[in-house]
Amino acid sequence: MTTEYDPYLFLAVFLGIALVFPLAPLGLARLWAVLYSNNKPGPIKNATYECGLESKGDARVQFRSDYYLYGIVFLIFDVEALFLLPFAVAFTGLPMGAIVAMLVFLLLLVEGLVWAWKKGVLSWT
Amino acid sequence: MDEGLRSELSKQGIFTSTLEDLYNWGRQNSVWPLQFGLACCAIEMIATSMARFDLARFGAEVFRPSPRQADLMIVAGTVTKKMAPQVVRLYNQMPEPKYVIAMGACAISGGPFKQGYNVLKGIDRFIPVDVHIPGCPPRPEALLHAFMTLQQRIDGQRLTGKSRPRHLNAEAPSEFPVPQFGAKDLEPPFNPEVWQPPRLVRSE
Repeated sequence: MTTEYDPYLFLAVFLGIALVFPLAPLGLARLWAVLYSNNKPGPIKNATYECGLESKGDARVQFRSDYYLYGIVFLIFDVEALFLLPFAVAFTGLPMGAIVAMLVFLLLLVEGLVWAWKKGVLSWT
Repeated sequence: MDEGLRSELSKQGIFTSTLEDLYNWGRQNSVWPLQFGLACCAIEMIATSMARFDLARFGAEVFRPSPRQADLMIVAGTVTKKMAPQVVRLYNQMPEPKYVIAMGACAISGGPFKQGYNVLKGIDRFIPVDVHIPGCPPRPEALLHAFMTLQQRIDGQRLTGKSRPRHLNAEAPSEFPVPQFGAKDLEPPFNPEVWQPPRLVRSE
């Protein structure tokens, strides 16, 4: 059985619908905006931040980079302990690969500890 | 359209409408309030938006945290003189059409703090208020009533002509001057285009 119509006609029809469907509401909205909706910009209305307070100063401020030391020490003493506890509990039943992976993780953090110790982060006085 | 003709047509089962009615119908049923509370009245405003009083029935449950997305500013609570510039600035940042409900005794007149030095005696000194609600604090039913009053006001607004609302008038301003927090009082103490002090007229 042969089709009596061009199968690509559907695509053309759908293309037409796909264009009209979004463009008609957008056009109506545009028409409404031109006819009735007055554009009233202003310095306060166009301000960058929608806030009751005026923004002060520059957004490009510099942060102290000292935080990364706290980050490293926190990772060593807190996050490491979090992993050490389940590691110790499941120690006897672990396969060799898991132990090696854990040791690599520990050694990386110990290296960090040595580095921080050498840098004098651990002395408070 | 003639009212008589319209009612005659509706009896025959023909529904007619105008662009104005459709526009007002859409506006009055999708008023989005600004999520903005100043004092204890805000608790009642929150209660109004919750399940028991359910402001969502009126299409106004979408409290927006940004003035750019809000239609309605419910000035819920005491407007101190230090806070007034921020209130006006937030109002200025709302897009048109925008409405204001002054909720509670403080917002409409200063309330119990009227004799004091640091509370604004009514937010209508700086921004145009559509509906005033008395009460300290007003119950959620009062806010609902004020909201319905606002909806009626929106419904009565004309799309064209001299009496058309501010947002349809290209000449009418959208931003109102923000007062400065001065040494003794707000500067200026009121916006003369919005509010004038009552003048005593003595009868002879």
